[in-house]
Amino acid sequence: MPIILDKVNHVYGADTAMAVHALKDVSLVIPDGQFIGLIGHTGSGKSTLVQHLNGLMRATSGNIYFNGEDIDAGDFDKRKLRSKVGLVFQYPEHQLFETDVFTDVCFGPKNLGLDKKEVQLRAYEALKLVGLEDDYFYQSPFDLSGGQKRRVAIAGVLAMKPEVLILDEPTAGLDPRGRDEILGQIARLKQETGITVILVSHSMDDVAKYVDRIIVMNQGSVLFDDVPRAVFGHYAELEQIGLAAPQVTYIMKELRDNGYDVSDDVTTIDEAKEALLRYLRGKGRKR
Amino acid sequence: MLRDITLGQYYQTDSVIHRLDPRVKLAATVLFIISLFVFDGIAGYVVAAVFLAIVIRLSRVPFRFMVKGMKAIIFLLLITVLFNLFLTPGEPLVSLWRLTITREGVRLAVFLAIRLCFLIIGSSVMTLTTTPNQLTDGMERLLRPLRRIRVPVHEVAMMMSIALRFIPILMEETDKIMKAQMARCADFESGNVIKKAKSLVPLLVPLFISAFRRANDLAMAMEARCYRGGDNRTKMKPLHYARRDYIAYAFVIGYLAAGIAAGRLLAVFL
Repeated sequence: MPIILDKVNHVYGADTAMAVHALKDVSLVIPDGQFIGLIGHTGSGKSTLVQHLNGLMRATSGNIYFNGEDIDAGDFDKRKLRSKVGLVFQYPEHQLFETDVFTDVCFGPKNLGLDKKEVQLRAYEALKLVGLEDDYFYQSPFDLSGGQKRRVAIAGVLAMKPEVLILDEPTAGLDPRGRDEILGQIARLKQETGITVILVSHSMDDVAKYVDRIIVMNQGSVLFDDVPRAVFGHYAELEQIGLAAPQVTYIMKELRDNGYDVSDDVTTIDEAKEALLRYLRGKGRKR
Repeated sequence: MLRDITLGQYYQTDSVIHRLDPRVKLAATVLFIISLFVFDGIAGYVVAAVFLAIVIRLSRVPFRFMVKGMKAIIFLLLITVLFNLFLTPGEPLVSLWRLTITREGVRLAVFLAIRLCFLIIGSSVMTLTTTPNQLTDGMERLLRPLRRIRVPVHEVAMMMSIALRFIPILMEETDKIMKAQMARCADFESGNVIKKAKSLVPLLVPLFISAFRRANDLAMAMEARCYRGGDNRTKMKPLHYARRDYIAYAFVIGYLAAGIAAGRLLAVFL
């Protein structure tokens, strides 16, 4: 179910002295099955943008189409949209409220009006998808660790079986291990279910490894929208707006500047390894 | 609904009213509220309306913001007006089934409505033009004499400023949690009263947890900075009266005099 944004604008506090133009003429096409990284500095409008995608916020002007239907049309069922476009907010563990993990995950599918069996089945599947062990299912969500709570919250959205999953800064406030776990889990989930995933982040290193398309937001507009390699090629511009290419890209650039003939358009550590090996092999042959 | 309450919401701009000493604004607000209940007649309310209009004009806060605060009490207003309208004994005007509207009832209802509206707008002017910090500073200074009789003035002021500071934070938090639950297809709007009340659980539980967490963090942060109450505590920005503050006091007293005089004059002429 593709999502199409056509010149979407959003202005906060439109008629006050403190009006903020948060989105400026954003036009995007989000086809099925893509893994997209949405990147921008704090206040660049990325959180505002994703809240438009499931109809939580209404565009001041412009249109958003989900599967060809205008989501702001009067007869459009926004709840159905929200079950199709699952949005996991920042610090989603703050939304947990039930007495045990399993019931909490049931909340989403229950709201869809499914029968009890189906609800429980979906909750179980979702918890399995995020890799939570059965032992935790009937514990209070408040007794879990930060990373586990976050996974439960993500399962809470997954249980609705969305076709598009949006995660707003899913790694915020986690330690490196928790971060890798969550990101790895999301990548696996993407592979297993084939749904569209949009990963919102301000860290290039986080997304570079996983996504196949990066959208860079700056001051409410889309600055770049391309495959990671091409986007990181603009590293000078990225630095100007307070972002950076992944650290490994810089290392390779330094190597190249220092006379080593390695390819410098790498974005992940694995690619760097390959490039270095290629270089070393090539050198070996020359000798 | 929650977002409509203006109390405790500062409107950032530069105006004479904004620059006044908070003590002046506090005293003026209290006097204004008292005046609303002392004035008994249309003349007094006309004077009050003029006074309010001048102050609002001077404050440079758009009038919409004051009216926003009214939305929250519209229900309360309606109930008080209806009760007064129908339940005040006196000379009957209209009879509807078993309910009678009396002349005294109409009078009382109209006055009460005016009083409540002015009261809310008046206090909104204060909170819109004064930061919560200034407000509690002013209150602490005004109530300082009470320390003699062992009223913990500083502590009360601190509690108030924290409570006021937390209003926007918790409102933002509410908004966030509400959206997060709506993203899980929660429905806060439809259904009967019981269903609606039940639908608030997914909102209230996380909200309370977050409020406690924040309170805990704040307490720790304060203790880490050796906060130990008001004894011998000095201010970074002590309050001083300037010329405009005395002028403002004079203006408020002028208003009171005008209001009382107007009431008397009208009584003499009628």
